Amino acid sequence: MSILVVTEHRAGTWNRLSFEALAAAQKLAKELDVPVDAVAIGSGIDSLAAELTQYPIRTPIVIDDPVLSDYTPDAYAAALEQLIKAENPRIVVFPHTYQVRDFAPKLAARFLTSVVSDVVDLKSSPSGPVYVRQLFQGKLNADVHASGEPQFVSVQAGAFRAANRDATATNPVRKFPVQIDPATVRSKPEQPFREAQRSVDLGAADIIVAVGRGIKEKDNLPIVEELAQQLGAEIAASRPICDNGWLPMERQVGSSGQTVAPKIYFAIGISGAIQHLVGMKGSRTIVAINKDESAPIFEAADYGIVGDLFEIVPALTEEIRKTKA
Amino acid sequence: MKIVVSVKQVPARDSVLRPNGPWVDESDLTYEMNEPDAYALEEALQLKEKIGGEVVVLTAGPQRAQSTIREALAKGADRAIHIELSNTGVVDAFGTAALLATAVKPERPDLILTGLQSDDMGYGQTGVIMAELLGYSHATIVMDVEPQAGAVRIKRELEDGWFQNITLPLPAVLTIQSGIKKLRYATLMGIKKSKTKEVKTISAADITAQTNRSIAAESIYVPQRSKESTILSGDTRQAVQQLVEKLRFEARVL
Ligand SMILES: Cc1cc2nc3c(=O)[nH]c(=O)nc-3n(C[C@H](O)[C@H](O)[C@H](O)COP(=O)(O)OP(=O)(O)OC[C@H]3O[C@@H](n4cnc5c(N)ncnc54)[C@H](O)[C@@H]3O)c2cc1C
Ligand SMILES: Nc1ncnc2c1ncn2[C@@H]1O[C@H](COP(=O)(O)O)[C@@H](O)[C@H]1O
Repeated sequence: MSILVVTEHRAGTWNRLSFEALAAAQKLAKELDVPVDAVAIGSGIDSLAAELTQYPIRTPIVIDDPVLSDYTPDAYAAALEQLIKAENPRIVVFPHTYQVRDFAPKLAARFLTSVVSDVVDLKSSPSGPVYVRQLFQGKLNADVHASGEPQFVSVQAGAFRAANRDATATNPVRKFPVQIDPATVRSKPEQPFREAQRSVDLGAADIIVAVGRGIKEKDNLPIVEELAQQLGAEIAASRPICDNGWLPMERQVGSSGQTVAPKIYFAIGISGAIQHLVGMKGSRTIVAINKDESAPIFEAADYGIVGDLFEIVPALTEEIRKTKA
Repeated sequence: MKIVVSVKQVPARDSVLRPNGPWVDESDLTYEMNEPDAYALEEALQLKEKIGGEVVVLTAGPQRAQSTIREALAKGADRAIHIELSNTGVVDAFGTAALLATAVKPERPDLILTGLQSDDMGYGQTGVIMAELLGYSHATIVMDVEPQAGAVRIKRELEDGWFQNITLPLPAVLTIQSGIKKLRYATLMGIKKSKTKEVKTISAADITAQTNRSIAAESIYVPQRSKESTILSGDTRQAVQQLVEKLRFEARVL
């Protein structure tokens, strides 16, 4: 009986969300008074797996097999199914990454359940852990209960502070051999690639003015462009603006776009979905302008104005112009 | 190619949501097609235009979901299967996937397209679980679909602006990301034609689906803010004046 953390890495580097999942697992483990194990999956990852020994983990497990060298949902689900059947963990904790979205529901389905996905907090109850997850793109939360075991839980980025190394940790890595017939792996992945080189590096900008669907039409963009110009800021956007082709893709901020950390980030007519927040949460000061006072962006903001951006933005541009004069 | 598109009707994006027990008060909500599903439908229609075949819409939802089905038919889908299910708001991802998979199985489609996630529940799982239950291959967060003999080569989105091409054998389930293609509007002709298209209705109670261990919300609520954010009040002029002042003298970033 344990909590099992499934870690993630790409090309020899950890996905840091692995250690946020570990932190969530530690919290659950303390509550349930069970140990935490963690598994790394891949091929030729001995040295990476060895790093797990430096964390407070009872058993760092490595599944190392040539069939796992490129990620595929078939091989990953098969490997973890074998491990889970052998170890019987009470709860399996994943970071909520794109890769986890791809295979974890398949794995959970083999245990006749789904994943409690995108968990942001944990509570306890007499009948076991209560998972807090978001609904309606972060506008509401739900307290969720899962029946039976093992339970499968994925943890939202930024919801738990990453677990630290523990200087006294010494538990050695254990290898878990798996039997996977390569013929059962149906998808044939090619090498990941990036689209054309980016011509703007939003990561280097001091001030960013970002615009979302609240702007309604492409023709309205000049009102935010004028604010950006007055501030000497770069323009950025939420995904739908780039999907519509109103601004180039390279100006998209978020999990599938750029990650930025300017001194000031203006979020204008952006609701604050998690996939956007992960790309800009590290900004020093965040200003949100939104007509919906319950928009999740206000949770991330240092300063907010609730109201119509079509009134507020021009007034703000004017105010800044006056201040500079 | 026979393509099934699973389409969910969800509360409209700008809805005012009032929590009520394990779900929201539905009394005066308006509804729309889940956004990624509109892109899944568009991808299906374009594939049909390119290589021929049939597009079947699949929905589990209450009576009101008929309006979303009609919209899909008006845009060009050939027919629909409606699983009548009154309480979509409290069914978990496995439960929904099991219903959809069981209803779609006799159709023996080559391809099932779903949205990558629903805007209300946000599980991001229904398509993947359907694939597992049906024994189909799958890929998620798909941006582009290139049909090949007995297979599809897809472009999948990874984090931080990375992509990957993957080839998978048919039959397959693909979960489609928003924004891949420009959405079409229903034409008047399309709307007229849609009225004569077949909608097969099945009661959820009549479907013997795989049973599962449930995941259920005990309560839903508006999250409490944990961060101290300063909301600037007053009229527009006052609010922007305060903001500029705060940025200059408190945050010292201007
Ligand atoms: C796998 C995946 C990856 C994704 N990657 C990204 C990503 O990298 N970046 C990203 O941004 N999104 C990403 N998304 C999409 C994300 O989930 C949201 O759908 C998106 O961020 C919403 O954009 P938005 O806030 O502009 O639009 P909406 O959510 O529609 O919000 C518009 C906001 O404008 C406000 N508004 C409307 N009118 C006015 C007005 N007149 N004045 C003031 N305010 C107004 C509304 O109150 C609302 O809050 C991704 C989603 C998935 C599933
Ligand atoms: N009740 C439903 N009826 C039809 N399709 C659904 C339903 N629920 C979910 N789906 C499909 O599954 C996708 C993912 O939903 P979810 O797993 O809830 O995030 C959606 O985009 C739909 O395509």
